[in-house]
Amino acid sequence: MPLIDTSGEALADSWRQLADDEAVPGDDSPIVVSYDRWFAEQETLARRNAPLGLAVTNTQSVERLNGDVNRFDLITLNFPKFSDGRAYSQARILRERLGYRGALRATGNVLLDQLMFMLRSGFDQFDTAKPVSAEAFRRNVGRFTAFYQPAADGAEPVFRRRLHGQGA
Amino acid sequence: MYAYDSFDRDFVAQRVDQFREQVGRRLAGELTEDEFKPLRLTNGLYLQLHAYMLRVAVPYGVLSSRQVRKLAHIGRRYDRGYGHFTTRQNIQFNWIKLEDAADILAELAEVEMHALQTSGNCIRNTTADQYSGVAADEIEDPRPYAELIRQWSSLHPEFTFLPRKFKIAITGSPNDRAAVKVHDVGLRMLRNEAGDVGFEVIVGGGLGRTPMIGKVIRRFLPKEHLLSYLEAVMRVYNQAGRRDNLYKARIKILVHEIGAEEMTRRVEAEWALIRDGVLKVPAETIAELKSFFNPPDYAPASDRPAALSQAMYENKEFARWHQAQVARHREPGYAIVNISLKPLGGIPGDVTSDQLDAIADLAETYSLAELRVTHAQNLVFPHVRQDALPALWAALKDLGLATPNLDQVGDIIACPGLDYCALANARSIPVAQAVSARFADLARAHDVGELQIKISGCINACGHHHVGHIGILGVDKKGEEFYQITLGGSAALDASVGQIIGPAVAADQVADAVETLVETYVGLRQPGERFLDTYRRVGAAPFKETLYAAH
Repeated sequence: MPLIDTSGEALADSWRQLADDEAVPGDDSPIVVSYDRWFAEQETLARRNAPLGLAVTNTQSVERLNGDVNRFDLITLNFPKFSDGRAYSQARILRERLGYRGALRATGNVLLDQLMFMLRSGFDQFDTAKPVSAEAFRRNVGRFTAFYQPAADGAEPVFRRRLHGQGA
Repeated sequence: MYAYDSFDRDFVAQRVDQFREQVGRRLAGELTEDEFKPLRLTNGLYLQLHAYMLRVAVPYGVLSSRQVRKLAHIGRRYDRGYGHFTTRQNIQFNWIKLEDAADILAELAEVEMHALQTSGNCIRNTTADQYSGVAADEIEDPRPYAELIRQWSSLHPEFTFLPRKFKIAITGSPNDRAAVKVHDVGLRMLRNEAGDVGFEVIVGGGLGRTPMIGKVIRRFLPKEHLLSYLEAVMRVYNQAGRRDNLYKARIKILVHEIGAEEMTRRVEAEWALIRDGVLKVPAETIAELKSFFNPPDYAPASDRPAALSQAMYENKEFARWHQAQVARHREPGYAIVNISLKPLGGIPGDVTSDQLDAIADLAETYSLAELRVTHAQNLVFPHVRQDALPALWAALKDLGLATPNLDQVGDIIACPGLDYCALANARSIPVAQAVSARFADLARAHDVGELQIKISGCINACGHHHVGHIGILGVDKKGEEFYQITLGGSAALDASVGQIIGPAVAADQVADAVETLVETYVGLRQPGERFLDTYRRVGAAPFKETLYAAH
């Protein structure tokens, strides 16, 4: 599926998702492991001197990663259906509460009309289910000039902007 | 009332622009109907049996005369000359073309209105007490907080794909007119021992297939924490609410399954982590929002003027209307006027474009150009001089809007039912009309007193039948419409869910059945007892006996 960044530009994907029964490669290639495997083989995986990614399903607790979160260079959160919004909460908790700084990738049924919500929730990579042109991305994600509520993008919400005289 | 600033205007305009593009992509086949559905729903556009329906938001039920004129225009230009007020203080138009939808939204934006989040699995229009700001019994006007919630919930990035729809209601009065106990979240303003005003937070109420009365999870929430606390509730629900079964996805099921105590624990734990963050509402923000809802400058008017007493003495019809429709105002010399949208034998909540225009005129003459929509599908003029009541009554009477039946047997709540709705199993409107026509004798209806009849055309309960003193639920039995009757429901602070009284009755027997139940009550009542009180005292047995002996 096409992978794009926060400008809607195509992104090369060097990551490989490792199946749970697959041996950890001896080289230093970037791999993504499952949440369960991380907790089962934490010590082995941490010893490996290579970028490590983590795939979290939308029923797994991201809070449980507390403290370990910045050991990952990539975390993927999944949208099994675009209408299943659990990963938005996971993303905000990772960014805002756990201070995760690595790449956060949306996977699954990722569609144009949901990208703005994902971006605001802290995602910065989008593995879209259908191709999205950079032009369509920019138009749809950049449409709103202000938001009413705080989120992981750090945008100052309207009610706070009004306090310093904006919006009259 | 609230006035948009440039942020609000830009936001609504950008949202219209976004929807116009989404409709374009749908018409070009770039979006599947499945993908388009949540996009149109969060812009208020439903697909019904015969056409698209547009549900326009009336935030917390407040309308200006200018907005009412725009609604009249939309009914005339894009629909068939009428609209329908809903049980969530909104108005819907039933015959809309997809191609017109974005133009209608743009027209609404001209008068600071929208159809945002009136549908879909998101936070819906926050409803409020229709007497907000004018009720004699009010602790504080809840509208500034409803507006705060409206803004915070608009296009919320985390809560736009919830397990299911989410409805919030708020009241500032101890006498709950907003049905806060049967909402996903109910907020009741109260004063604590220190004299501060805050919110009691009730979670997990709702109707639908599994009616539940909400549970109090916090006795007192200071105002500055309103948004962070709601965010905590939503975050717990978004992650833990069931998504495996559409009928178990509302927050009431989560609260029921884990228990109110565990729900409280989870919400409080989440809230502890965010309560002092960016969402903490600055005092200046609250003060600014309150300034939009300051009481108007009422011209001095004498309380209970002689002209009013004289009109009541001279005109029995006016006196009956006054007794039924006029409520006490906090300002001496003024009155709150309820306008019934339940004409005898009519369709509950329907109003024509011509009536809307006339209502706008009257609101300007008699109610400082402001009106309210109630969750019982009626309208309210909140600022009427008592000495103008006879003239207002005469004008309403000319429009067919002076039916004196508030909270009486003819003041029926009904969903659109099988006449419009794709979900319905049975018609609601003709049943409401038949019951209304049966009690056309207003003196008799008045003698029967307060009686709330609520009719739903299917188990989704949009007509709130579970909380009707008499509830009527349409069911399909082998292709025929039947109606199940429940007794003893209430949506007020003494909230209760009605109990099924016995086998369902055929469509043409519903009016007879209601009449039998009413007669049974009249025979059993003690002085001062409403239907609901008598039912609660004597139980279902005598009603059951007369109903099923008679049929």
